[in-house]
Amino acid sequence: MSKISELLNQDIAAINLGLERFYEDLKAQDKEVIQVDWKPPAANQDKIASLLAGLKNR
Amino acid sequence: MPIFCDVKRNSYFDSVTLMIISNQLKEIGGVTEALAGMATDLNKELAENLGLMTPEVEALEANDFFLAVKTEDEKVFNEATQTLETLLKKKSSSASNDYRPPTLASAVRNLPQANIAVISLPGQYAAAETEKALDEGLHVMLFSDGVSLADEARLKQKAHEKGLLVMGPDCGTAMIGGTALCFANVVRRGKIGIVGASGTGIQELSTLIDKFGGGVSHAIGTGGRDLKVEIGGIMMLDAIDALGKDESTEVLAIISKPPPAEIAAKIFEKLRTVPKKIIVHFLGSDPTQYKDTGFAFGKSLEDAAYKAVMLETGKEPTDFTGFTAPASEIEKAVETEAKKLGETAYIRGLYSGGTLAYEALLMLEAEGMGCYSNIPLKPEFKLKDVFISQENTIIDFGDDDFTVGKPHPMIDPTSRQDAILKEAADPNVGIILFDLVLGYGAHEDIAGEIISAIKKAQVKLSEEKRQVVFIGFACGTEGDIQGLEKSEALLRENGVVVLPSNAQAIRFVQKLLTAKAGGKV
Repeated sequence: MSKISELLNQDIAAINLGLERFYEDLKAQDKEVIQVDWKPPAANQDKIASLLAGLKNR
Repeated sequence: MPIFCDVKRNSYFDSVTLMIISNQLKEIGGVTEALAGMATDLNKELAENLGLMTPEVEALEANDFFLAVKTEDEKVFNEATQTLETLLKKKSSSASNDYRPPTLASAVRNLPQANIAVISLPGQYAAAETEKALDEGLHVMLFSDGVSLADEARLKQKAHEKGLLVMGPDCGTAMIGGTALCFANVVRRGKIGIVGASGTGIQELSTLIDKFGGGVSHAIGTGGRDLKVEIGGIMMLDAIDALGKDESTEVLAIISKPPPAEIAAKIFEKLRTVPKKIIVHFLGSDPTQYKDTGFAFGKSLEDAAYKAVMLETGKEPTDFTGFTAPASEIEKAVETEAKKLGETAYIRGLYSGGTLAYEALLMLEAEGMGCYSNIPLKPEFKLKDVFISQENTIIDFGDDDFTVGKPHPMIDPTSRQDAILKEAADPNVGIILFDLVLGYGAHEDIAGEIISAIKKAQVKLSEEKRQVVFIGFACGTEGDIQGLEKSEALLRENGVVVLPSNAQAIRFVQKLLTAKAGGKV
């Protein structure tokens, strides 16, 4: 059975990233749902990542 | 006038919450303008346009929060900050006991049985999180817009290889085994499986299936660009495959705008392999061109719903192109309403559902009535300024023109409330047509909000001794939190002509204009 077919036969268990309304609506339908306390990546994250990558390469 | 600011560094709040709070802060006496937002480039531009920019806000980064208020009185600003804190606290206390992991990976560890990620983050971050979700083996409902076509193609190809679904981007509706995701209605369970490109298209189709007594097994939204050549209909084809094998599905309903010929050919080829009864509706296309396919074709979203229900109940599908109410009742209503129309009686369609606005344009055009729009069928009908209607105009308020820095009009009615007042004040306007989309995701009292604007407009109209015919329809079911009957009753009590569908509302408009011109209804 394909994974999409499996999904159609399972209870929805969701991870919500973003608008809380969608999290609340899934809870209201008694579905298992978890809200990610998501934050935008820090502005200088790319710089840190490239510095770390540089360190790894040494 | 002074601008007062409050800043919270490294604090994230979702955009819809903040936009709704901004609107509430503007209602405080003494506040000239207010904006609560994350310091993204978009919100900084908005602050600039609203005259709320300060050096302090300018220096913030995208993960900082700011409140900017224009007022003469610092006490008013203090009241605004207190209101903000109360509203934010109210928001977070609604589910304060639930653990909220900081990342998708930690969420998966906390909910190992998770099978889908629902992603409505700003577009620039949505693709990266979708990729992570696919790597975790999750299906994805990608509500966000602003995802590039190249990212969409890459993510869908990856999902296809892993046997997973990516619904969207920019498609807000799905129903999996009776669970509504994002903007969807409480629809009776049944044997009709839907694969649709657009959110409101699926909402209108599924709620009309419910109204005709049928039911839905699953509804999968693919996003409008899925059928572009660049994407190749990957998710539409995978969804057809899955529903084709689904035991609870006996009828398969496909809806989208007409795809390019090579994609349509692929879809028909796939549909021929599916052992289900099939109904297809390509909005605006002539069904006779597809008669060789042997599939049933819908002439409108309503006709497609009607035919799907006939197929579900084992009947031979016939057309539904009339009214639910008896002809005598419609004629009487047309006669009564036609008397209200002045010599010039332009129609202004104020829609929150993009596909519903598009269907209105198609149906009016088919009767020789080209309409101006922000989403016109022909370039010559593009509005010069989307905020100024010309002659007969149909507006999609969910389009980018109206949603930059504002929630979708299904959540926040203010843009349509303003438009109702503006259009009713135009002496050349005779008909104001609108949709009410009910269900999960939508405003909890959308009928009440729209009616409050109509009441204001009617006071002004009665002072000027003019009349406007208000025509509305609700896309929803009795099971929706807003209640179909309750919403329709509120409209009727306030003099709105209520029809059961978009298609019937447009037909009523056409009959009204025929009657006005002295023709036979």
